[in-house]
Amino acid sequence: MTIKRSTWALPYMVFLILFVALPLVMITVYAFTDPGGGGISLKNFVKFANTAEDMHTFVYSIEIALITTVLCLLLGYPAAWILSRSDLNRSSVTVILFILPMWINMLVRTLATVALFDFLKLPLGEGALLFGMVYNFLPFMIYPIYNTLSKMDGSYVEAAQDLGAPPSKVFTKVVLPLSMPGVWSGVLMVFMPTISTFAVAELLTLNKVKLFGTTIQENINNGFWNYGSALALIMLVLIGITTMLTGEDNAREDETGGVI
Amino acid sequence: MADKDIIIKLEHLSKRYEGKEVLHDINLYIRKGEFLTLLGPSGCGKSTTLRLIAGFLQPDEGRVLLSGKDMTGIPPYRRPLNTVFQRYALFPHLDVYDNVAFGLKLQGLPEDKIDAKVRKALKMVTLTDYEDRDVESLSGGQQQRVAIARAIVNQPKVLLLDEPLAALDRKMRADMQIELRDMHKKLGITFIYVTHDQEEALTLSDTIVVMDEGRIQQIGTPADIYNEPVNSFVANFIGESNIFNGTMVKDRLVSFIGHDFPCVDSGFGEQTPVDVVVRPEDVVVDKDPSAGQFSGKVTSCIFKGVHYEMLLDTDSGNEIMIQNYLAFEPGTTVGMSIPPDGIQVMKKERLRNTFEGEISSPETVDFLGATFNVGHTPFEPGTKVRVEVEFSGVNLLDDLEAGELEGEVHSILYKGDHYHLTVCTPDGDKIYVDTDDVWDKGDLVGIEIAPKDIKIKEADDD
Repeated sequence: MTIKRSTWALPYMVFLILFVALPLVMITVYAFTDPGGGGISLKNFVKFANTAEDMHTFVYSIEIALITTVLCLLLGYPAAWILSRSDLNRSSVTVILFILPMWINMLVRTLATVALFDFLKLPLGEGALLFGMVYNFLPFMIYPIYNTLSKMDGSYVEAAQDLGAPPSKVFTKVVLPLSMPGVWSGVLMVFMPTISTFAVAELLTLNKVKLFGTTIQENINNGFWNYGSALALIMLVLIGITTMLTGEDNAREDETGGVI
Repeated sequence: MADKDIIIKLEHLSKRYEGKEVLHDINLYIRKGEFLTLLGPSGCGKSTTLRLIAGFLQPDEGRVLLSGKDMTGIPPYRRPLNTVFQRYALFPHLDVYDNVAFGLKLQGLPEDKIDAKVRKALKMVTLTDYEDRDVESLSGGQQQRVAIARAIVNQPKVLLLDEPLAALDRKMRADMQIELRDMHKKLGITFIYVTHDQEEALTLSDTIVVMDEGRIQQIGTPADIYNEPVNSFVANFIGESNIFNGTMVKDRLVSFIGHDFPCVDSGFGEQTPVDVVVRPEDVVVDKDPSAGQFSGKVTSCIFKGVHYEMLLDTDSGNEIMIQNYLAFEPGTTVGMSIPPDGIQVMKKERLRNTFEGEISSPETVDFLGATFNVGHTPFEPGTKVRVEVEFSGVNLLDDLEAGELEGEVHSILYKGDHYHLTVCTPDGDKIYVDTDDVWDKGDLVGIEIAPKDIKIKEADDD
């Protein structure tokens, strides 16, 4: 007896429906449900617009995510470039060293960061939060950029030199534009998780700094399921928009090999 | 030759990769406006030479002079040269216009000048109206044209072309050859062209430089190279040819395939071993077997469009290829003769293998990185010696483990009744072998030499 290939996908489909599609539908339904009397309403969203504290947390979370992403990009691009140069990186050991932190659970790494800050007698707070975020998400920026750079055809660089471009122009006119798919992948991979993180923030700031993820978690924990769902949906939409925006610039990615 | 006519001069250029020499002492000058082709099989060093001129590589020894100026240490972006790359290397993030304008923008020319130049260059390669096209939407031939436009728009002193037509199909290649020739005439720029295609080289070039194994084999006009090859490699690589072992009996008389032939060559001495090249079209055929200098039996006859190409077994048991406008059926016996000017006599590059070796024990000698049994040797162990092995003294074996060392068949030359092979050892040494067996290029073989075939002589002091 032969089993059709599509049959093999069945368990996965069941998984998807149970743990991805169904929760999404439920979040949407809850978000548009009036917590008082049931029925469809926009009350949860109106409440969000009128709650200054939550609104502020939302904007602040975006700020932190943006700063983290920019810092990761500034640190990650040069690192990826150095890694991709075979003359600077003869073995792949250096690559592994950069990627290694990804193998360790994020909470363990964050707790270690807290311990480190305690040991060095540095205050926990916004600075620690940014440090922890960058430390946690830097590999996600390096890897896709490294991937694009190392797969880039060396003849593009030679062609640019041949046409009279000194090293700085080779970088700005050719290497950088051609590595953009990797950059966008990296931006997405850092921005998405940072905007919804809450455990890292709680641990590294002793709950002094509140991020949007924490707001959602608090509401759900305290039984405000409808309001919590609405907030989760807002964040989901934000991430969706980011993905679409970067996705457009990513159109050429198949060629140059990004990660997402 | 006045020095001002020379645009590029290569002086004693050598290049090594990981200890292996890929270019050996290349000396060459290129005249202004010349169409010069570097021709050779893959791995012969032609692309390396081009990359040294462009500045992508630095020579280990020697230097490149451009208009008399030493280019050592000058990076590629400050050399007045442009390259057309083998796989085009068009920038995928720019459209056709911006690709072509790339060099001009870097020079900081005003917009309107750039615009005029780009349009002129695109017109030259017949790609007007393609300005806004994405380069990846173009066909191979169109991409090739953009690559050429991108290079010539900068009006370089020298245009370097690295196998620019290799990726195109046959018909397109023929068209582009004509266009390149026209373009060269119109622009008056010096072209340095790299190819492994001898037909392309013969069609396009003013001067051909034939290269093999990192050395220049011959420099000359296409007609020189074709008619007067200096060695069996060039004869075999350019056009179809019959190559035989021969003996120069005396001036203007050479003996090969069992017969004596009058020829036009002299100065080789008497009874000197030589290589003899006969082009297939130079053999005169007569249907009367007794006419001519020798006879042969046709074994195959193929129509090639304009002429017939036939293989014959001669009365002395050699195989010869001839071309004629008339067809002779397989099985017929014909008479053949070769006019004196159809015979090209060449000095043999070597008569036997010679290696540097060292006696390792009273019965063995080390050379080529392996130990060979020689039965008995009068020399003390540790003595440096010269080892000589006849071409026919080397046995090639299917079983890699069975021989004293292994090697890879690097090139094959058919000599009418046997094959002359060049076999490379893992250390990069070369062994020359005469064999009746058929091997293919790239075959891995075991190498065996019988003790009686190893001749040991005292090492030369120098």
